[in-house]
Amino acid sequence: MYVSQFAVLAAVLFAMGVYGILVRRNGILVLMSVELILNSVNINLVAFGALRDSIAGEVFALFVITVAAAEVGVGLAIVLLIYRNRRSVDLSEMDLMKG
Amino acid sequence: MDALAPTTGALAADSLAGAALAPTTSVLFADALAPTTSVLALLVAQNVAFYVIAAIMLFAGFRVVTSPNVVHAALYLIAVLAGVAALFLLLGAEFVGITQVLIYIGAVIVLFLFGIMLTRSPMGADTEVDHPRRLPATLAAALVGAVTIYSVLDYFGDEQFPKETRTTTNEVADSIFSDYIIAFEAVSVLLLAALIGAIVVARRD
Repeated sequence: MYVSQFAVLAAVLFAMGVYGILVRRNGILVLMSVELILNSVNINLVAFGALRDSIAGEVFALFVITVAAAEVGVGLAIVLLIYRNRRSVDLSEMDLMKG
Repeated sequence: MDALAPTTGALAADSLAGAALAPTTSVLFADALAPTTSVLALLVAQNVAFYVIAAIMLFAGFRVVTSPNVVHAALYLIAVLAGVAALFLLLGAEFVGITQVLIYIGAVIVLFLFGIMLTRSPMGADTEVDHPRRLPATLAAALVGAVTIYSVLDYFGDEQFPKETRTTTNEVADSIFSDYIIAFEAVSVLLLAALIGAIVVARRD
């Protein structure tokens, strides 16, 4: 197996996540796109760890998974709070801090 | 085959010297060829598995960011996460693969589905989940993807993985609790902080 197979797949997933973050208006869908990006980074970490025969790639992938779980917990709590206050999770209506 | 091994070993010199020992030489060649063909078959199987998984992941990932239905997007995200877990197993990272299934598919997706259920009144397709202006986002994503793909292809070329990339849970545990113990403790505190923070933010006063 070639390293570039995994790296290119991860790059495409990353680009999809970027597209999702930019184009989605629903807060939960934006969080899902962030998950896509984090997973593409994890593929890279594990693949490069396997390439260099180092365990560090896997350990850091585990840390990324943990941080992603924490991020989803807090992110969804924020989305719920916004929904409770404004009856909507549409991000284009969140312009309170717009100059 | 094992019972024959000493015999073939003893006869190896003769057969290599060209003696007329047809049965023995065929056994020797079978022994020599068997590992090579199985390694080749394994490589082919790995590549086929990779491309099948990659195709599923790309389709599902595309649907995650384009599906007009929020619940469908979450279900497609499951396919992407399962594909990532399969890639981890393909790379020999068994513990990360299992953790991916447990944490992501088991916990994060359920959290997403709860979030969707709590923030949507009507079930079914929402028409307004996307911005109307998709072109700038497409351009930005294509630029990011093109630059990244170009640079990884330029840097790695056709570099291959070593033949044996399997790492056991034992090694991962040893590494976490020796080299990375400080990072591990920091992540533990972060999880606790996130837990308390989520409760404080989301509770009704």
